[in-house]
Amino acid sequence: MVVDQLEQQAVDRVFGALADATRRDILVRVLHEESSVSSLAARYSMSFAAVQKHVAVLQRASLVTKERRGREQLVRGSVDTVRSASRLLEQYEEIWRARIDQIDALLAADAVPEAAPTPPRGDTP
Amino acid sequence: MTVIDVVRDPQALTLTVTSRLAAPRERVWQVWADPRQLEQWWGPPGWPATFTDHDFVGGGVARYAMTGPDGERAAGWWRFLRVDPPVGLELEDGFGDGPDAPAPGMPVVRMVARLDEADGGTRMTLTSHFASLEHLEQLVAMGMEEGIRAASEQLDVLLAGGVVPR
Repeated sequence: MVVDQLEQQAVDRVFGALADATRRDILVRVLHEESSVSSLAARYSMSFAAVQKHVAVLQRASLVTKERRGREQLVRGSVDTVRSASRLLEQYEEIWRARIDQIDALLAADAVPEAAPTPPRGDTP
Repeated sequence: MTVIDVVRDPQALTLTVTSRLAAPRERVWQVWADPRQLEQWWGPPGWPATFTDHDFVGGGVARYAMTGPDGERAAGWWRFLRVDPPVGLELEDGFGDGPDAPAPGMPVVRMVARLDEADGGTRMTLTSHFASLEHLEQLVAMGMEEGIRAASEQLDVLLAGGVVPR
């Protein structure tokens, strides 16, 4: 479906944007408080242009918005993308679902051979 | 389905995930008590965790590191507030090298786990308490990479009509 494909593209953009540690760092900062591109650039050992490029990637993924105010370009984490609290909780929930699946797999693994209780401190194979 | 109930409370900023596990309560307790078992489930898929400390008593501290698919390292810690075998525990989960050296500006989540015996298995109730919406936003921003990977994999399977590709 077209909608799914569009969604997939948006997901890919967000994924790509967050694949980089500097961009994640920038995002976390501007979620906390809006910052100018120049004040962000001062924090990283890279050129103004490089930081600006990172911001542009975040912007394309709709994770941040950029607004010109006087001579400054102010970057702000986009509440649009970071969305409502319940949407956020949903995503956090996914992390927990994945963990519980892993616990499940772990418990299923010892259901296989001997039913005898294993000593708590023994080496696990 | 292992997860039997999820309650999101955006006002209280809590997330409660209840699951039904097919093992006795004492066995489920071990997945928290034994760091080698913790390592097999705490890291999100693609981010295996290694626990270097695990002082599993009230007031004790655990330290861990997770390694990402690109070799990135994320350090985290727990401070156990209450350890009550085999019925429950409460801990603070933070980023950085330890509770005495938390990563500045990073959120700390309080987690409460309760284990109940249920129909020959165990019902595990996990509640995460977030201090603020901002903290939650940060956590999700940081966890998004894994979250989106998992979500897009699910989407792929759905788009393929539920058939596992190849």
